[in-house]
Amino acid sequence: MKVALFIPCYVDQFYPNVGINTLQLLEKLGVEVAYPLQQTCCGQPMANSGCEQDSKDVYHHFVDTFADYEYIVTPSGSCTYHVRKHYDIIDQTPAVQQVRKGVYELVDFLENVLKVEEIPVHFPHKVGLHLSCHGQRGLRQANASEITGDKGGQILTLLKKLKGIEITHLERNDECCGFGGSFCITEEAVSARMGQDRIADHVRHGTKVLTGGDMSCLMHLEGIVKRQQVPIKVMHIAEILNGSQP
Amino acid sequence: MNHPALAEKFARDFSRTTWHDETLWFVRQKRDKAIYPIPEFQELRLLASKIKDHTLSNLDNYLLQFEENARKNGVQVHWATDGEEHNQIVLDIIRNASSIKDKTGTIKMVKSKSMLTEECHLNPFLQKNGVEVVDTDLGERIVQFRNEPPSHIVMPAIHLKKEDVGETFHEHLGTPKGEKDPQALTEAARQHLRQKFIEADVALTGVNFAVAETGSFVVCTNEGNADLGVNLANVHIACMGMEKLIPKIEHLSVFIRLLARSATGQPVTTYTSHFTKPAEGKEMHIVIVDNGRTQQLGRSDFRNSLKCIRCGACMNTCPVYRRSGGHSYDFTVPGPIGAILSPNIDLHKYSSLPFASTLCGSCSDVCPVKIDIHVQLYKWRQVVSKENELPASKKWGMKGLAKMLAMPKVYDLGGKLARSALRVLPHGMTHAKGLNPWAIARELPDAPKQSFKEWYSKNKKS
Repeated sequence: MKVALFIPCYVDQFYPNVGINTLQLLEKLGVEVAYPLQQTCCGQPMANSGCEQDSKDVYHHFVDTFADYEYIVTPSGSCTYHVRKHYDIIDQTPAVQQVRKGVYELVDFLENVLKVEEIPVHFPHKVGLHLSCHGQRGLRQANASEITGDKGGQILTLLKKLKGIEITHLERNDECCGFGGSFCITEEAVSARMGQDRIADHVRHGTKVLTGGDMSCLMHLEGIVKRQQVPIKVMHIAEILNGSQP
Repeated sequence: MNHPALAEKFARDFSRTTWHDETLWFVRQKRDKAIYPIPEFQELRLLASKIKDHTLSNLDNYLLQFEENARKNGVQVHWATDGEEHNQIVLDIIRNASSIKDKTGTIKMVKSKSMLTEECHLNPFLQKNGVEVVDTDLGERIVQFRNEPPSHIVMPAIHLKKEDVGETFHEHLGTPKGEKDPQALTEAARQHLRQKFIEADVALTGVNFAVAETGSFVVCTNEGNADLGVNLANVHIACMGMEKLIPKIEHLSVFIRLLARSATGQPVTTYTSHFTKPAEGKEMHIVIVDNGRTQQLGRSDFRNSLKCIRCGACMNTCPVYRRSGGHSYDFTVPGPIGAILSPNIDLHKYSSLPFASTLCGSCSDVCPVKIDIHVQLYKWRQVVSKENELPASKKWGMKGLAKMLAMPKVYDLGGKLARSALRVLPHGMTHAKGLNPWAIARELPDAPKQSFKEWYSKNKKS
């Protein structure tokens, strides 16, 4: 199994620990992971802003970087969704098709490719899970409340395997955090308000550690946590699954 | 003003925004409670979507079939290319109606809810031409008194609290100052509207569904105001967008089961009224309106937005709508569906609406006819960019970013410099609210010395 690691641009720059934990976790599970050094970004920031034509060079660069791998694993549902869903505007060469098929969000890869059953981690904390919309509704990694009252999902399944963990029951289990890429700047007022409301829900229900599959949502939520000086520690799911403690 | 500016204005009132958000979220939850127990609900959505897809791809035939059957029933059918023509047709119908044409006093119209006539700006046109127009849906009457457009397509006055309504009624209906009891206010409206119903010369309704095989149409209301108006007045004018068709009466139940559940969480609206032919001695007219719909039908990426049955569920679920209010969209149909309908009408004016979304996808999952709303929002963004309607800063910023991200060495260096700058510059500068919108309510992430790539190169590269 030839596996490459893709660390999204903003994770690379601002959250190297998330990358390190992802790599270590995969290695612990016996996966030999390559990290191609020429990698940059999936191209989503421009595309979501309406500039997907400008993104084409970035798409080609991504494909060139990862075409030789069977799986491209990344700690981001959002980037995975972008490659799978929106790389349809470039020629669908075998390399492009392979990359779109091979890209996997980390937890999806753990559960559905590696078939991980046990996570030997003791995590005695009250954990609030933030579902990223691209992971949940984009990749269908978790049920959506618009469709069913069953709140099951991939990340929740893994979290429940941790010893000592308590999961927060939220009033709104899958409301968007308001990050939304450039939305967080262009629609600052609504974006911030959405994030504040998510944090308030977690605070009301006792979350001590806030986690999720997308660092972009978490970066935005952490920004609010720090500004409001709320006693919540924000951790990416890769950090928790790799045994990091708050 | 564009959406971000109007949204900012709305969200500035923190507690009112909380109230607005919670009110609409309550409706969304009512909807959830109504649909979870129905095991075939997802099947119904799929069926409704397919019926609408089929209808839209055969719309020319079904429209002609509908017209033919409606005429056989004794209904007069009119066609309007745009809002202006629609308004003129309505005025001509009123002026030429045998029961009205010799009337000397003011011609009086009662209207039940019709977003189409909002879209065509019918009320001001008729009023200018001497017709008294009274909206009889309670919410619509409230916003009509206030000279505001509806802020929601199902709950037109959802942006107002009972205190606001009390003030409005005090001013227009003479209710006691400070009266805010919903029961008392509703009773005042009821007495006021009764008189209007009795006096009306003409009743105008919208159309929820028009059935091609029977030439009949269906109007759904909770207040019974459409029925009261139609049965008292001598002339009934029903205005419909040309996408309101369904092929057969047997298809109706699929939509009726979806509509009210999605809209308000009710199993069915209180009144589901079928209209087929005029009563003895009365007139019934149907005005079928295009007003940009044909153009939208011609856009392959966006045509299925015409499947919309106007339930408003995408508004109730939209986290942006709930925190920015319907008026922030400045379009007849607000919310996610409005954001994909409006650029078809005026791309320049509504260029900020496809960006008034995080693309969370909740709208698409809640939509009873499975319109891929968030996908279309993404696609409209590309059109806005292609038509050069992006703000220049965004356009050139994105071009620059794309160049950088296609060149690994430039990206690595750029990232390193940016992180160094963030570490060196004082907090007051990196978080200056006038320069960095992120920092108005949020802290920036800490800028680490090493990127992941730098760490990897140092520690792991063999």
